[in-house]
Amino acid sequence: MKFSENWLKSHVKFSVDTEKLVDQLTMAGLEVDSVNYLGAISGVKIARIEKVEPHPNADKLRVCEVNDGKERHTVVCGAPNAVAGKVVPFATVGALLPNDFKIKKAKIRGVESHGMLCAQNELGLGEDSAGLWELPNNISLGLDIVTYLDLDDNVIDVDLTPNRGDCLSIIGVAREVSVLSRSEIKAVPQESIEPKIEHRVDVTLSEPAGCARYVSRIIKDVEIGAKTPMWMAEKLRRGGIRLRSPVVDVTNFVLLELGQPMHAFDLSKIEGSIDVRYAKNENIELLDETSMTCDEDTLVIADNKKILAMAGIMGGMKSAVSESTKDILLESAWFNPRVIAGKARKYGKHTDSSHRFERGVDPKLQLIAIERATSLILEICGGMAGPVSETTSEKDLPETKKIELDYESVAKQLGIKLDSQEIDEILHRLGLKKEKNSHWQIPSWRFDLEIQQDLIEEIARVIGYDNLPVTLPTFEAKNKKIKKDEIVAIKELLVHRSYREAITYSFVNPHVQNLLFPDLKSVNLVNPISPEMAVMRLSIWPGLINSALYNLNRQKNRIRFFEIGQCFPASDEDLTHYETKCAGLICGDRYETNWSNPHERTDFYDLKGDVESILNALVGEKNYQFCAKSFEFFHPGQSAQILINDEVIGVLGNLHPSLANEFGFKQSVYLFDINLGSIDAKSETQFTTLSKFPEVKRDLSFMLDQTVNASDLLDVVRSSSGKYLTDLKLFDVYQGKDVENKGKSIALGLTFQHPCRTLTDSEINSCIDTIVSESSKVLGAKIRS
Amino acid sequence: MTDLKSIKERSHTLISGADDLEALETLRVELLGKKGELTGLLKSLGSLPSAERPVQGEKINQAKRELSDALNEKKAILLKNRLEAKLAAESIDVTLPGRHSESGGLHPITHTLNRIKALFFELGYSEETGPEIEKDFYNFEALNIPSYHPARAMHDTFYLNESTVLRTHTSPVQIRTMLSKKPPLQIICPGRVYRCDSDVTHTPMFHQVEGLVVDKGITFADLKGVVIQFLSNFFEVDLPIRFRPSYFPFTEPSAEVDMQCTSCSGKGCRVCGNTGWLEVMGCGMVHPKVFDNCGVDTNIYSGFAFGMGVERLAMLKYGVNDLRMFFDNDLRFLRQFS
Repeated sequence: MKFSENWLKSHVKFSVDTEKLVDQLTMAGLEVDSVNYLGAISGVKIARIEKVEPHPNADKLRVCEVNDGKERHTVVCGAPNAVAGKVVPFATVGALLPNDFKIKKAKIRGVESHGMLCAQNELGLGEDSAGLWELPNNISLGLDIVTYLDLDDNVIDVDLTPNRGDCLSIIGVAREVSVLSRSEIKAVPQESIEPKIEHRVDVTLSEPAGCARYVSRIIKDVEIGAKTPMWMAEKLRRGGIRLRSPVVDVTNFVLLELGQPMHAFDLSKIEGSIDVRYAKNENIELLDETSMTCDEDTLVIADNKKILAMAGIMGGMKSAVSESTKDILLESAWFNPRVIAGKARKYGKHTDSSHRFERGVDPKLQLIAIERATSLILEICGGMAGPVSETTSEKDLPETKKIELDYESVAKQLGIKLDSQEIDEILHRLGLKKEKNSHWQIPSWRFDLEIQQDLIEEIARVIGYDNLPVTLPTFEAKNKKIKKDEIVAIKELLVHRSYREAITYSFVNPHVQNLLFPDLKSVNLVNPISPEMAVMRLSIWPGLINSALYNLNRQKNRIRFFEIGQCFPASDEDLTHYETKCAGLICGDRYETNWSNPHERTDFYDLKGDVESILNALVGEKNYQFCAKSFEFFHPGQSAQILINDEVIGVLGNLHPSLANEFGFKQSVYLFDINLGSIDAKSETQFTTLSKFPEVKRDLSFMLDQTVNASDLLDVVRSSSGKYLTDLKLFDVYQGKDVENKGKSIALGLTFQHPCRTLTDSEINSCIDTIVSESSKVLGAKIRS
Repeated sequence: MTDLKSIKERSHTLISGADDLEALETLRVELLGKKGELTGLLKSLGSLPSAERPVQGEKINQAKRELSDALNEKKAILLKNRLEAKLAAESIDVTLPGRHSESGGLHPITHTLNRIKALFFELGYSEETGPEIEKDFYNFEALNIPSYHPARAMHDTFYLNESTVLRTHTSPVQIRTMLSKKPPLQIICPGRVYRCDSDVTHTPMFHQVEGLVVDKGITFADLKGVVIQFLSNFFEVDLPIRFRPSYFPFTEPSAEVDMQCTSCSGKGCRVCGNTGWLEVMGCGMVHPKVFDNCGVDTNIYSGFAFGMGVERLAMLKYGVNDLRMFFDNDLRFLRQFS
């Protein structure tokens, strides 16, 4: 909320300067966002345009003779409303305008100009830039604008938390300042206006739970063309509210002054009586010239024929006060925050009114506000007021709240000893009344105070959080279990294998996701931030592909990315179900550019080595399998799935060349994806005794058919080599034209060792014989000599 | 025996003149070998009178020893020269870059998270995690944010359906933990959170670490202590810290924590919006309604909770000036955090 400091000063005394005031407010929970000093302009005077002549050398410019009360000046001006007789702000030669703009004597198209006639925005005093700022004709010429507009003032902008709706008015802020500065508050003048006429409009509250009080009053014969006085206009402007017409300006002024949102209807547009009810999917054209259909959750103000306004949010265009309005109906109502909350957001109509009603308006304010508004309207626009008409459903108004305060709890919660007198004094200052048995009556404007903790916060706030003690909690010594964190381990491992960790958005482009997984359903966001971020990721790949392309487009030629995070498979019942996945992408060069590195492209086996090292760390070397498998997203001959105990836990492969091409890659892209959730990490290592006896090494070279997989051979060898095989390495693969039958050759290195004696040659030989015969039988393998 | 003398003189000249090991070996054979000159002299001793033989013999042997020493000495020099020449030929350009595979690196957010976690693990906190797609109940209702609450507007929420959202904070993990574990509790909840907001200072996804302590006799003073201790450890400097009343539906009293601006030391600058202070955390005493929702007996237990934005802390710690850089995954950016 923005407000003028001078206005605040007129309602409460405080001895501190602006800087200290701002600090006090902030530290009391009313965070000050900005302070804007208005008086930083000089040399701008009130002046009258006496004569206007066309510029001899420019069609759009005019030469004005300007009277500042003492002298006449020649000023060149381009504003369309530079007309003789108008009183406007005049920046004299030497004047200083905002942004250090100095006014100098200047020759404009051959005519000397002595100063500048100003628009509102040129003075930093408003948004209006359409033309010169037309001021009232009765101001004495030559008066400094700083004096005239009382610009030696600050606009203070307070960022209020949603619980402090009571501070959304100058009186609300003044109440807070009076607590902090221990001074009295000067109330808004209250007078009851005697009705001059009898007219009133009947009001029915069909939904008293939504609108528990509706106060209205007719004012007839208002002079709608009257001018809003400068003192009010300036307060509104400093409060960030645009001027409309004097009647609307008055309702806005009361909103800023007291915190009661009001509305003024053109009485002639109201047909019959008023009913506050829920809408029945009716249409309304609103004040902002948009059209809305109000659904059955929306409280509206209606007459016998139509809806007139969205209750507490915005009035309708047709019933609004216009230039032709003669008679008005003022509304000052109390709407239940629960009925208003969320509606403005739903319709995209956040207004000063909805902002206050959502947070709660003092239920005792409606009569006071309507009297105040009536008196201001009569003062500015004249007219004859009718009687105040009030319809209230007492049982639907908030009850006067009482909270019991246990003084010891204050000490317990804040860790500070305070005597009861001190506590009482603070609560009294806040407007609470002590009743018997430490029960406190809460003032009607404090919607937020409900339980004892709320009072404790109030006490802490007034004392100042920074004045409360600082301690450290003591915890019972617990047996700290040092849990092995697999995710940390995988991340370290991949980093050592030269991967960069990426963090990509969890929502991805549905197009990309659909290209990768055309058969899978995604979880959609109802309100995505953009169409490219509209679905929850099924896989980390879309994010990594994006990041890879980003860097390839920036001339990076070696990409190795990984990410670990939640992925979201679509599910009919439970959308909160997720899978923690680890995915990686590599493409481009195998090695960093270096004088000693061969220039090679990365391939499937680079990726597989990385995946194997993850699996080795997670489940141990012998506890997983890779088997060839085609997927629509991979190259059909370069992809595999990873199995643990026959369960698929991941996939890896070469991104299908047509997809790679579609995404914009000019090179092969290798991807892996492991579902970490479906892996049980290996248990702690158990030590095995080291054998003291010699190892025996034998190499075997097998000739195999092209179609036999290396893993098939390894499986056969492993299972037929007896229990003393301690290591098996595949050290050579050869596939060439000179190999007979176009088969391939695979060479294995076998290591045998017995735990407690030396193995004999004949034992080894018989092992080898078994291996050879088994591999021949199962795979048709021949030994190459 | 002028012969011997001349042989010696000549041989010394020859030895010192030998310029490689092969020449030296030939010389050795010529002088000392079986057919060598000195061996020949020894053989000719028989022609001398027997009284002269021992004297002459000794002289020849003396000369043999002398020449042998000279040969060995020369050989050592030649060997040394040869080694030196070989080593000289083997010298390399040590300024060529070393051979290594480039190491990767963790994301700066992970570095920051790790640092935050380590500081709390040391104090005995344990880590809890939870789903990023959450039920409205855990994200809002249980946290005392009913549907009509204006605080819902503070959270620009992504919806998946009427009752399911992308979590707007990691507080639902606190709820899940309180519902499943009995106090005393001392946990941190790190993770991704989502708000429907995107501009220079907001990304629709970011990271939070929240903390929760529930035990007997926990006070606001304890909360202040923990927060101050954490911030000074995290930034490794004792900057002024202030606690400012604020509002969260799930805590009461609630506070924002401001730290003196790290880039202007409190004088006011662009980073801190000229206030001299940086908002770094939100915190407060757990609201009794939240405890009620989670079955924690407020007559026995009290507790505090705090929450911080990881990107914000990372930006301050590393001096990153654009939040969005964290999610571009630009290698030039990531490499700076190896």
